[in-house]
Amino acid sequence: MSTDSESERTAIEAGEASNENGIVKRWFRLVFRSIKAHPLPHIIGISAGNLFSLVVVGFTIVLGRVTDEVIIPGLDGGGVEGRTILGGFFAIVIVGFIRGFSVMLRRFFNFTAVEKTKRTWRLGIIDNLLDAPRAHYWSRSTGELLARVDTDVETATSVLMPLAFSISVISLILVSLISLLIIHPLFFVVALLLFPALAVLQRFFVRAVEDPARKAQALIGEVSEIAHESLDGIMVVKTIGRQNQELDRLIKSSERLREERLRIGWQRSVFSPLLYHLPNFGILVLLMVGALLVDNGSATVGETVQAMALFMILTLPVQILGFMFQEMPRSVVAMDRIDEIFSIDKVEYRKDGEVEKPVDVIFNKVGFSYPNENDQQVRQTVLEDFSEKINEGESVALVGATGSGKSTLVMLMSGLIEPTSGNITLGNANVGELGPDFVSDHIASVFQETFLFASSLRENLTLDADVSDSDIYSALQVASAQDFVSELPQGIETIIGERGVTLSGGQRQRIAIARALLRKPSVLVLDDATSAVDPKVEAEILQNMKKETNCSLLVIAHRLATIRLAERVIFIDNGRVFASGSHDELLKIDDYANLVSAYEDVTT
Amino acid sequence: MTFLDGHDAIGKDFEDERQDLDGIEEVGALNVLKRGLKASPELKAGISLTALMALAVAGGKLLVPLTIKEVLDRGITTSGVNVNTVLFFSLIAMFLSIAGMALGKATYYRLAKTAENVLMGLRIRTFEHLHKLSIADHVQARKGAYTARVTSDVETLTQFAQWGAIAWIINSIQIFAVLVIMIVYSWHLSIVTLLVHAPLFPVLRWMQRRQLRAHDRVRSRVSDTLSVVSESIQGVDVVRSYGYRQKTRSKLHHAISDQYKEQMVAQKYFSFVLPITDIIGVAAIAAVVGAGVYWGPDWGVTSGELIAFVFLSNLLVMPISELGEVLNQTQTALAGWWKVLEVLDKEIEVKEPHQGLALPDSPLDIKVEELDFSYRTGGIVLDDVNIYIPAGTSVAVVGETGSGKTTFAKLLTRLADPTNGRILVNGQDLREIDSDHRHRTIRMVPQDGFLFDTSVIENVRFGRNDAQISEAEEAIDDLGLWPWIEQLPEGLETRVGERGESLSVGERQLVALARAQVADPGLLILDEATSAIDPETEQMLEVTLERLAQGRTTVSVAHRISTAERADLILVFDKGKIVEKGKHSDLVNLEGIYSKLYESWIGNTREV
Ligand SMILES: Nc1ncnc2c1ncn2[C@@H]1O[C@H](COP(=O)(O)OP(=O)(O)OP(=O)(O)O)[C@@H](O)[C@H]1O
Ligand SMILES: Nc1ncnc2c1ncn2[C@@H]1O[C@H](COP(=O)(O)OP(=O)(O)OP(=O)(O)O)[C@@H](O)[C@H]1O
Ligand SMILES: [Mg+2]
Ligand SMILES: [Mg+2]
Repeated sequence: MSTDSESERTAIEAGEASNENGIVKRWFRLVFRSIKAHPLPHIIGISAGNLFSLVVVGFTIVLGRVTDEVIIPGLDGGGVEGRTILGGFFAIVIVGFIRGFSVMLRRFFNFTAVEKTKRTWRLGIIDNLLDAPRAHYWSRSTGELLARVDTDVETATSVLMPLAFSISVISLILVSLISLLIIHPLFFVVALLLFPALAVLQRFFVRAVEDPARKAQALIGEVSEIAHESLDGIMVVKTIGRQNQELDRLIKSSERLREERLRIGWQRSVFSPLLYHLPNFGILVLLMVGALLVDNGSATVGETVQAMALFMILTLPVQILGFMFQEMPRSVVAMDRIDEIFSIDKVEYRKDGEVEKPVDVIFNKVGFSYPNENDQQVRQTVLEDFSEKINEGESVALVGATGSGKSTLVMLMSGLIEPTSGNITLGNANVGELGPDFVSDHIASVFQETFLFASSLRENLTLDADVSDSDIYSALQVASAQDFVSELPQGIETIIGERGVTLSGGQRQRIAIARALLRKPSVLVLDDATSAVDPKVEAEILQNMKKETNCSLLVIAHRLATIRLAERVIFIDNGRVFASGSHDELLKIDDYANLVSAYEDVTT
Repeated sequence: MTFLDGHDAIGKDFEDERQDLDGIEEVGALNVLKRGLKASPELKAGISLTALMALAVAGGKLLVPLTIKEVLDRGITTSGVNVNTVLFFSLIAMFLSIAGMALGKATYYRLAKTAENVLMGLRIRTFEHLHKLSIADHVQARKGAYTARVTSDVETLTQFAQWGAIAWIINSIQIFAVLVIMIVYSWHLSIVTLLVHAPLFPVLRWMQRRQLRAHDRVRSRVSDTLSVVSESIQGVDVVRSYGYRQKTRSKLHHAISDQYKEQMVAQKYFSFVLPITDIIGVAAIAAVVGAGVYWGPDWGVTSGELIAFVFLSNLLVMPISELGEVLNQTQTALAGWWKVLEVLDKEIEVKEPHQGLALPDSPLDIKVEELDFSYRTGGIVLDDVNIYIPAGTSVAVVGETGSGKTTFAKLLTRLADPTNGRILVNGQDLREIDSDHRHRTIRMVPQDGFLFDTSVIENVRFGRNDAQISEAEEAIDDLGLWPWIEQLPEGLETRVGERGESLSVGERQLVALARAQVADPGLLILDEATSAIDPETEQMLEVTLERLAQGRTTVSVAHRISTAERADLILVFDKGKIVEKGKHSDLVNLEGIYSKLYESWIGNTREV
């Protein structure tokens, strides 16, 4: 949940990063990136736009000639031949078709270019997130990231829509400017003045809009964040009766979003009519200049009238350019937000994952602290100087109080995060260099929080690995899950809800255990993986596992039975190995005994 | 299984999601529009004035060029220049321009305001409704999709709300006005114009339906993309450490590419069909010229009239082709509206009573009568449950996984209503009780301690709506959590991260317990609320909770023996039925399910 000042802060930070370059420069870069990625549709679209501009001019010419050669002689003169009428008719129709055709081409290729760009950027965001360091996920909420994939991409590309048209009108500008220069240099100068005026307007507008645009974009992210979080925690929201507070949160953000957008709207409402009427002022100036020129005899009336007509042609380009300027700041700030994701460095891992036998896991003076969001200096040390060895085939229990760093150790072992000091080796290979993808060939971890995907149980179990049905069923058997799975309406093809919500807690955990077993790992890690399973079934699972598998086992558990199953117990305290040995040996240590046998005191 | 294609299964979900509603096509664009307008009253607020103003602005746009033409005609003639006239009319034109600008500004701002109000109103109402939907609805849907309803889908209305609605009015009026003038000039030529335009209607009708469907699909694909993204982010650990990354990547790429494809289909109509309005517009001019010159003498059309008519026909091209664009905007808006309406039209299953009954602040007694429950999918989960729990009792609920314990707890907190039978709290049907009272006095602590992404202290405070910081601190104190708080990097102000993931799982449960303690409920339901907490801490907590809850009714679902042994009443669930109930000492010798469970507990947890 972000407070007001916070989103302000992120908004400002984003701004600081980007202010070094002006909006127009950044806009150029944005456009250039899109054109570079998809040159063909852009070029065809722009060409078609030019064709359209020519047709607009051509149409006036054709109409003029038809008037002179068909209409006037046909109705005022002695009539014209049928062929001439047909000729005029077809001349117009052909122009019409070319016009329609050019619109089709421009729209289609323009859209193609824009949609392709959207796709490219979306894929880019996704790929960056997929390859981003795990730690990155702690710093941005899911809802916020959804906004980047969705609205930010839409907004960033909105400036590309009028692009083809805008570029095509440049030819119109050139044609009319050159003609004006030929008629009289002064007319040319007046017309030329239009552009600095436009530039000044644009500058004012862009300056005024950049700030609210950036805030608005950040607020859209915030709205998305609130919505996502609130729906994610709907169970809790309902049980603690927070609907109204959640609604208030959303209303507050929405209102601020509206205010920022209205600030943009206000600027637009000033800019838009100004832009529309700017050419009018130009024409009036031209008219007055023309009147003076005619008066002192340096221009003819005909030339003045012609200059006016040419100037009129400039109206359209000015408006189109103006329209693009309006989109510019919004798009550019949205692009900044996308670039934030693009700028995340990928984590590169070793390409080959040779792991020599025996597959021992060695923790060598491992230290770890979580990065602190607010202050890079304050880091919370979770593990310190943690050294241990899990031999191949050994079963080890990791015991420690709540928050002692057990799950952190599991994440380190899986290669998801890297130790801040020391290292972990698997066989002979450094886990940090192997990365999670390779480690997953050897270590299967059942995380403390079960995560299941909203798909079929089969997909959840195999996770795209190539396994046979009989393997699946025997894994389910070991995890004591076969009974309830077979009772499900569609067995392993049953589609479960997000996070597995349509299963009971214990059912979810057993699916997660079966999923890990299916990998036939060398090392199996169970992080409190049976906490929601009743003791009877838990005992069953543990016995099955002992019988069926011969991998090394690291169990994190609070129940004595589970702990006793292990050959050796590692007692972790304050991020260090406090003691290690068999359960009975460790019972001599008071801290350990107090921790694990707390229940006995009460009941006996 | 087609899920390997990712989107197939998602698509299927989607069909499920709206099985009770007709598709957008069956309902029809006009009906969607009608219902949409009803759902967005902000759009209609002041629309008449805005439309009038917009018309004036449109008129003003014509007025200025006309004045300029006047300057030309009167001030600059072949006989020379009349500088005074030029200046006079130029000044008028300038004045008109400035007036036009002012009016334009007022109008645009009004439009922007309307649009923002529409978006905000719809967003808020949708969000509110989403929260009223039952858990069953949420379980079936995907968070990413529901998030899209409040963000992306609502945003599709922007353009329409800003301009589209007004553009319909203005352009229609403009077309109508031009047509009237045309008829005045020459009804013969008017008929020619109309005849040429006639094919537009069937074509647009044909296109409109397909376009709407295409836009609807685009919206569905957007939801899909967001859902897959959301899932891939939240499941990052499994994705990475199960070698599922490439598959996830391809799922995401599929979703994004599908969205792109649908988008292109939807745009095709705009690109290829709508330019027909341009072609037909020009063809109409050609026809007018041809027919006018050929039959003109017979129809009494002069050259001046024909030229004027051509000019008028030209005026018709712009609004008609603009209407085409507006149509496209409208369709996009309708598709977004429709997605939102699907949510808004979803019936609220767990309806809150109008004038709910109150609950006292004292311990509550509970009577469960002939309670049956089944989820939307799957068989009976609770089967004829009858039980009376006197006020102040501490109850332990035990049973195998999947036997219905959590479901029972959910029904007690009214996260769902029973399929049959009823639950009486303090002698009153739970369904009749005021929701505020229910939230305050009946509190469940679910197994996964979901926390909000804010500080620890705020999370505790959320336990009761009006709780002060001091009360939250008190609750933390009551539970003896200070030593833990003190070693957090920023103490009470430590941010817990999304869902609380910056805390260990056990720590999250600690916060969730403190959150419940703040509420000081009359009925506390703990659904394996301490499952991840180490035994020493848990023991300490249980004893404290018990002491604090003097006289509070407590229902604990637990897999730990100590909880059951201490309870006043044990309920043993098996396949949705209560098969045994009583005290530990009674049940343990019964040779039933409980005694078996106890044996495995003993074998499990005690030194033999
Ligand atoms: N993402 C994070 N950012 C900051 N601190 C974190 C993060 N995750 C965990 N911590 C902190 O690190 C410490 C160790 O957490 P960890 O999850 O490893 O504990 P644990 O031993 O698994 O506890 P439990 O028994 O409750 O599961 C805790 O104090 C926790 O607050
Ligand atoms: N949303 C749902 N939709 C369909 N079926 C569900 C849903 N939630 C639970 N179930 C099913 O209902 C049954 C009872 O589930 P419940 O969560 O009540 O079990 P439980 O006794 O709490 O188990 P555990 O000890 O594992 O938490 C299970 O078979 C489960 O698969
Ligand atoms: Mg843990
Ligand atoms: Mg449960």
